[in-house]
Amino acid sequence: MSNLIYQNAIATDDWTLVELPKVEKVVRMQAGKVVQFHLTGENTISADQISNTVIPPNGLVLLPMSVYIARKASLENRVAKQEVGIWLATHERLETLIEVEPDLNRFPLIAVFVERFADGRIFSLGNLLRTRYGYNNTLRAFGDVLRDQLYFLKRSGFDSYLIRADRNAQEALTSLNDFTHPYQGAVDEKLPVWRRVSRK
Amino acid sequence: MYKYDEIDQQLVDERVAQYRDQTRRFLAGELSEEEFRPLRLQNGLYIQRHAPMLRIAVPYGMLSSKQLHKLADIAERYDRSYGHFSTRQNMQLNWPKLEQIPDILAELATVEMHAIQTSGNCIRNITTDQFAGIAPDEVVDPRAMAEVIRQWSTFHPEFALLPRKFKIAVSGTKQDRAVVQMHDIGMEFYLDGANKVAIKVWVGGGLGRTPILGSVINEHLEWQHALTYCEAIVRVYNLHGRRDNSYKARIKILVKALGIDEFRKQVDAEWSHLKNTPNTITEDELARVAQHFAAMPYENLPVNHSDFEAEVTNNTAFAAWVKRCVHAHKQSGYRAVTLSLKPHGKAPGDASSDQMHVVADLATQYSFGELRVSHEQNLILADVQLGDLFAVWQKARAHGLATPNIGLLTDIICCPGGDFCSLANAKSIPIAEAIQMQFDNLDYLHDIGELELNISGCMNACGHHHVGHIGILGVDKDGSEWYQVSIGGKQGNDASLSSVIGPSFAAEEMPGVVQRLIDVYIDQRTPEELFIDTVRRLGLAPFKAHVYAAKETEASHV
Repeated sequence: MSNLIYQNAIATDDWTLVELPKVEKVVRMQAGKVVQFHLTGENTISADQISNTVIPPNGLVLLPMSVYIARKASLENRVAKQEVGIWLATHERLETLIEVEPDLNRFPLIAVFVERFADGRIFSLGNLLRTRYGYNNTLRAFGDVLRDQLYFLKRSGFDSYLIRADRNAQEALTSLNDFTHPYQGAVDEKLPVWRRVSRK
Repeated sequence: MYKYDEIDQQLVDERVAQYRDQTRRFLAGELSEEEFRPLRLQNGLYIQRHAPMLRIAVPYGMLSSKQLHKLADIAERYDRSYGHFSTRQNMQLNWPKLEQIPDILAELATVEMHAIQTSGNCIRNITTDQFAGIAPDEVVDPRAMAEVIRQWSTFHPEFALLPRKFKIAVSGTKQDRAVVQMHDIGMEFYLDGANKVAIKVWVGGGLGRTPILGSVINEHLEWQHALTYCEAIVRVYNLHGRRDNSYKARIKILVKALGIDEFRKQVDAEWSHLKNTPNTITEDELARVAQHFAAMPYENLPVNHSDFEAEVTNNTAFAAWVKRCVHAHKQSGYRAVTLSLKPHGKAPGDASSDQMHVVADLATQYSFGELRVSHEQNLILADVQLGDLFAVWQKARAHGLATPNIGLLTDIICCPGGDFCSLANAKSIPIAEAIQMQFDNLDYLHDIGELELNISGCMNACGHHHVGHIGILGVDKDGSEWYQVSIGGKQGNDASLSSVIGPSFAAEEMPGVVQRLIDVYIDQRTPEELFIDTVRRLGLAPFKAHVYAAKETEASHV
């Protein structure tokens, strides 16, 4: 059975996830790196990795952001055919994508990979994609995605969740609705409770 | 104080159900230890040395009599009939059973209480001045805003899993009593030139392994923007704070790495998008919340009360208590009372179920059924009539709640330490108890005057040792417990961090070390100087010399 949730139901996954080829070199721990990154200017993804990434010739492909940015020209046709989705990891900077592709709605799918449950950067990324960069199509979380993140992911603008393979997506569905009336405005429900209902 | 409406109540009820299911899944093996950890922590449940420890939220330190009775009952039924009041104004149970936590939460929900976000890498309990709303020097009562911030931060989806814990404190007085400068975000409310409520915002303060006082990020923020501005700060932190090393993950490290000017620039850039979004606070919402904190129905009382004055004159023990434990009130004829949870020789901040019932009854009878927890780990009756003070004192004294030591050396701030906490390097409670016994003579204690002594069992600094006039830190050296002593820390507007005087000491040396620090002060002080003033004037040298000279003399006798 599929472990993909789309909106409020189990769905089939039509996309092929494309990953960068693994490299032997151990990448220095880069968590929280945006700051480090700017300061040191180092890059974690090599040009070789990008050029060696194999993109299936047909069908819906979910490409690493870095690959898309580097090989954009060769992908234009497929983008036009709505065959290209983009994924990025939580430490990557959305701004690098916006610089080359201001209209994110050209992608039917954007996905954010979260390596560890505890990495809450995914929530800010979801929020920015929806509120800052006007992205309206499917926004997916994948990686270490478990049911206890779902409520927060939904409120941060996600509508698609690939539950970790060893967990039951059907059971996870209920956690999308853990709370009835959130206090604060967020992406899904923009208004804080005091603007939605009359409180005495 | 704030009363739940059906929305607040539904949320805590749904939380109980959610956590009950998370606990069920953990016990059924559907969640690994590692996966359950962030879930239980966000609900204040630590796995400790002997048993789990549950931290119950007391938002900005306010409790009703009914709630305190319930806490007493819970401690009796699910624990060992006592609770520990913490420096975050919360209450901790040291011996609950993991399987019973959902039942405890269900009990708490019946009195509008919970344990949401009392631990874990999220926005924690909002703290404030224990005299909020009644202090004569108060400019703005910060409690309504504290409640608005509490609601905003509760299950905030974007900030559910931050790099590290995040603490916000608010105050509305000229003389800061909420230590806003040592919080991740500190907010001081004041009236600006146009007589409008504004906020001075500090960011990046904190104790722990790397103690840093906060930097001012905004001198003048209009109150309507408090939430969106916090969102901008916490978003920059969530995205860019370090997640590779938990010791470098607090916002203070990010602020320091970027510099306050660059950090401010990034926050302003975020805020330019967030300003005036729907989380902007409205006049109506603030007014709705503020009505819960309206002034009590005070009687019109004269400034003086003849019986009270006679009792002070005739009873020196009562007079000593009044001097230390009774505080000014903005309403004529009323006082605030601190009930000391620091009797000499007992664990600081602990209260038995019996004592909790007594305090709750005192609050019902004499203080409009409300009380507060201070970050110094005492309980406060905020609205007591002058004419009732003697009765309150008698009853409090009969239950060990009237030690006249508030603000004095034995009013020690102390974490649970190695007796309970699995993070601790060393025990802290026995050190506190030994020091209290060393200074058990009340006349001598009063002669020493105001002095803050803070003890932490490890560098996580739950006992705030960096801002103690005397700070004691438990350290581990080759598997045994040692204590590092520092002096010169201070909370308040002129806050400072303390400096270590030298090599650490064994537990049994500690009362003597504190004694020798006090000896130097008594010997060198000018008539108007408190201990901290003398330390600031003379520096470490004379204190260090005397403490270690004594140590060398002892060593040479061996």
